[in-house]
Amino acid sequence: MHPPTKIETSWPDAIYGHFRRAGIRQVGYVPDAGHSRLITLCRDDPNIADVVLTTEEEGVGLVAGAALGGQRAALLMQSSGVGNCINMFSLLRNCGFGCVVLVTMRGEFGEFNPWQVPMGAITEDVLRLAGFLTYRIERADAVDEIVGAGCDMAFEGNLQVAILLSQRLIGRKQWTR
Amino acid sequence: MLDRRDFVRQILIDRGNLLVVPGLGSATYDVAAAGDHPLNFYLWGAMGGTAMIGLGLALARPDRRIVAIPGDGDMLMGLGSLATIGVKQPKNLAIVVLDNAHYGETGMQPSHTDAGIDLVAVALACRFKHARIVSRIEEAAEVRTLLHAGGGPILVNAKVAAEDTPRVLPLRDGHAIKQRFIEALNSV
Repeated sequence: MHPPTKIETSWPDAIYGHFRRAGIRQVGYVPDAGHSRLITLCRDDPNIADVVLTTEEEGVGLVAGAALGGQRAALLMQSSGVGNCINMFSLLRNCGFGCVVLVTMRGEFGEFNPWQVPMGAITEDVLRLAGFLTYRIERADAVDEIVGAGCDMAFEGNLQVAILLSQRLIGRKQWTR
Repeated sequence: MLDRRDFVRQILIDRGNLLVVPGLGSATYDVAAAGDHPLNFYLWGAMGGTAMIGLGLALARPDRRIVAIPGDGDMLMGLGSLATIGVKQPKNLAIVVLDNAHYGETGMQPSHTDAGIDLVAVALACRFKHARIVSRIEEAAEVRTLLHAGGGPILVNAKVAAEDTPRVLPLRDGHAIKQRFIEALNSV
């Protein structure tokens, strides 16, 4: 038996730091355990409008509206939420709205719930097909560099950037409490 | 029942700095027919997203008034966004649903509103500050006042006749529509 992997927990703070540096003013999300700390940081920031969504595709419209009004916006979602957005993503591609989507992965490394696997297994492919540049993060020490680069590409280049936070980074969801 | 072209034209009279987001299909044609304007963000797709684009704009520009104009099919597809908007309570956002109770682009099949599904009741349940049905053209002036001075979030369920209107096709290039909108917004 291997000893349990130590889960690094400061990476959401690194992401939040880049949100601040990039001047992100709106963050849309469907609540997610992997994003819980980042959601709290955004909710507590008076300079960020946090928008809880009923479904992730609402967030795509939010990003477009924010950009029309001169504000940068990011979306936080679980891999299952990517599937909810596919048609709406055409709005970003068609109009060239810069966007950063941070995707916490389910259905991979150590997943206990097989119902998460079909969407988790195709999440990155779906994002690419929808026009996103995708970057996958396995280790906490890569978060700072990749999220910083992703924000630059999205907001300086009006590109659609998705950053996949692997289940190995986030830590497996515990089946029992 | 309202004539949709006449109603949209009347609510956009003297629009001033109003930011207008019409939904795909007839709503975009109606807004174009009322007079092309750089502060129209015409949608040709993204069905279900019109109200949320309005919310993103409303949050980004609290100094401006925003009206999203979806059809009933668009609004029904994004029904959850009414709850999301109700949570954020944007004072400067109005939604005018052009409700002909049918899917006009696809052969006039009846929509949920034709079966009595009540968008005003949904909006009020979602904590909209004001929601009402409008079915007489004489009420257009009141709607215009709401758009410019009403405390949002507001939903107007405009009961329009289900009839084919000639298509009036505005800009279709998404980048061009966006760029023109942003430049106009930044210049006034």
